[in-house]
Amino acid sequence: MATFLGLEYSTWWFLVIGAVFTGYAILDGFDLGAGAVHLFFNKEESRRIALNAIGPVWDGNEVWLVIGGGALFAGFPAVYAAIFSAFYIPFILFLVALIFRAISIEFRSKEPMLWWRKMWDISYTVSSIILSLSLGLILGNVLIGLPLDAEGNYKGTTMDFLNPYSIMVSVTTLALFMMHGAIYLVMKTERRLYAKLTIIVKNTTIFFVISMLMLSFYTLLYVPHLSIRIKENPWLFVLPIIMVLSLANVTRRITQRRYRRAFLSSSFSISLLLILVAIELYPSLVVSTLNPAWSMTVKNASASEKSLGIMLIVAAIGVPLVGIYTSFVFWTFKGKVKLDETSY
Amino acid sequence: MDVEIWARIQFAFTIAFHYIYPPLSIGLGLCMVFMEGLYLKTGNKVYHNMTRFFTRIFGLIFGIGVATGIVMEFEFGTNWATYSKFVGDVFGSALAAEGIFAFALESGFLGVLLFGWNRVSPKVHFFSTIMVTLGSMFSAIWIVVANSWQQTPAGYHIVGEGLKTRAEIVDFWAMVFNPSSVTRVMHVWIGSFLAGSLFVMSIAAWYLIKKKHIDFAQRAFKIGLMVALISSYTQLFYGSKSADIVEKYQPAKLAAMEGHYDTLSKAHMYLVGWVNKTKETTTGIYIPGGLSFMIHQDFNTPVRGLKSFPAEDRPTSPNIVFQSYHIMIIIGMLLIGLTTLAAFLLWKKKLFEKKWLMIVFVWAVALPQIANQTGWYTAETGRQPWVVYGLLRTSHALSQSVTKNQVIFSLVLFTAVYVLLFILFIYLLNKKILHGPEGEGESVHNPRQQEMTEVFSEHKEETGLQKNKDEEIEREID
Repeated sequence: MATFLGLEYSTWWFLVIGAVFTGYAILDGFDLGAGAVHLFFNKEESRRIALNAIGPVWDGNEVWLVIGGGALFAGFPAVYAAIFSAFYIPFILFLVALIFRAISIEFRSKEPMLWWRKMWDISYTVSSIILSLSLGLILGNVLIGLPLDAEGNYKGTTMDFLNPYSIMVSVTTLALFMMHGAIYLVMKTERRLYAKLTIIVKNTTIFFVISMLMLSFYTLLYVPHLSIRIKENPWLFVLPIIMVLSLANVTRRITQRRYRRAFLSSSFSISLLLILVAIELYPSLVVSTLNPAWSMTVKNASASEKSLGIMLIVAAIGVPLVGIYTSFVFWTFKGKVKLDETSY
Repeated sequence: MDVEIWARIQFAFTIAFHYIYPPLSIGLGLCMVFMEGLYLKTGNKVYHNMTRFFTRIFGLIFGIGVATGIVMEFEFGTNWATYSKFVGDVFGSALAAEGIFAFALESGFLGVLLFGWNRVSPKVHFFSTIMVTLGSMFSAIWIVVANSWQQTPAGYHIVGEGLKTRAEIVDFWAMVFNPSSVTRVMHVWIGSFLAGSLFVMSIAAWYLIKKKHIDFAQRAFKIGLMVALISSYTQLFYGSKSADIVEKYQPAKLAAMEGHYDTLSKAHMYLVGWVNKTKETTTGIYIPGGLSFMIHQDFNTPVRGLKSFPAEDRPTSPNIVFQSYHIMIIIGMLLIGLTTLAAFLLWKKKLFEKKWLMIVFVWAVALPQIANQTGWYTAETGRQPWVVYGLLRTSHALSQSVTKNQVIFSLVLFTAVYVLLFILFIYLLNKKILHGPEGEGESVHNPRQQEMTEVFSEHKEETGLQKNKDEEIEREID
């Protein structure tokens, strides 16, 4: 396979997919988290402000999932086929939650009745929680590996997904998004709602730290293959250290009320978490629990060199463009939320 | 019934439902570009209100389009894993390009289009409207390119065997510009313009009948009519060009479209008819030798019929192909007639007096929708039994690990959700239309001033003023 800057195309594409999913976790992470804490606000006005804080950007954030899915389809068709057909029921539920979330945001403001708005508020929070949990569930299962046969067909049952490890990853993901989303909302709100959110940020941070600690212990004790690379290359241990420091910085910035920096810190922590995942998984994308030789790796599951080369060009042109107009949109809507007649 | 049928029903249902929305956003987007352009040019407030009124509806349509569209992307992997592995190398790059070049563009600028009225200058807002429309049109390009590759594959070679067989890309541009893609992209775009413009005309016509918002409605109707008139004539050209390509690359599909079984005789062109698959005959009203004439410009030259293909390579339901194709054609002709008549009456300055015509236009919103749907039924059922024409059979494309119960479960779930979604959509759309374009606020186009206040408030924050205030409030809450 051809190389670029010393790395094979397939490895580059592994990195691109990793970067897109990291972008997705940071961007959609905050609006999923904002949805998950939505019912903590009691007043109609608070709920409207919280909703409008993500209003102009949530759609753009969700696009990263579409790009991620497309990138996986394009770069590693076999992995895409294996994962999506294996996680049949979780993905279907994920899609239904995705639809409900989109229409909750869109439909809520269209009627003034109290029951109407309450109904969509509940649907918004529940679907945001389901989405965060199922993303975590899928990640957890990918981390411990799937019972795949030599052809990449799933050999387990639907209930196999609900194993303790994946459930822990799932809860941790929810906690992470809730913290991240609450910090984002703090950044976008003022006065009472702002004050209330600082309390929510504290609580969700505690929730996240506890679940992350439990998950880390569990990983070290029971899922040894997820720490092999760090054991072999001790200098990599610097990454988890930076991650813990960055998390500590989140709480520090919050007490300082430097919420923008807190948000950057929590985004940075998310990136580091996913970088750690990538380091431990590489070169596998999905480990087969039935036979290690059937695992899907960047070598045996990638698209052809030609196709990867074309798509690297596509990504090289496209990603900076997306970066530019994403920044433009965020810049346009920077500052505290002000409700007007175009708001939700 | 086996898994294949259920998976096909599921795909057909979810894609057909999804396809109500994207053509509407593309066509409505184009109309909105004209409306906002006129506002910038004339400064007339009515165009401002018009754009804002349709922007709200656009948001509703777009939201459902996105949500139901992600389902499609995932369904390739969940139900059609073997297909995904087969086409991934070729198809994936088109899909990835769609996400990154088109979808990100439209979704990014959508925020500014919907919520940016008071945040950016009129020109920047107009730019965002154009970007959203372009984004949705680019989306159509990549998706139709991918589908056209399934109809007329090019720029690939086949590697591996058995379940591991897959198509690998050899020439990217040959894949993108495969024989049918350009014509089909145009065909889809114009179909979308028709969907959007007749949608605008339908709402306007309803106001005119109810004698409400007269000035708004007349101007909106004219914008819609201009788009629809040009589109309906160009569609005639691209439609027949599309049929020529089908004749050349997918002769079995063409034979099914026209219900043509016997190769030896001259081929008739049916206006209406019924295809009997078991008896291998077609009955109906026809122009003798019409198909021969269309293809070969000669009434007596034979055209290859269905009987000349092995039974396992013929479209599985020729009557569906035939009927949907004919419905599409009839609607295409109706639209040409309707828009021409309306344009003629407009020129004679009598258009808005003809109440009966306005009533027709209220309902005509369904015509392009039906034509778009039936057009795709023709393309997709006509391609059967292949999912990638001549290379991969639909029956071989399924996921190996997915069971019938899983597919039925998800189909039931999607049906329930989509029915609910459609009811809510119609209800909210109706409400917005009843509410009308009145009562739109002024757009405050002074972003710079606003920015200054923001900078000022940020400054306060830095100096700790805000901080003290917040602490006070927090104490109150505690």
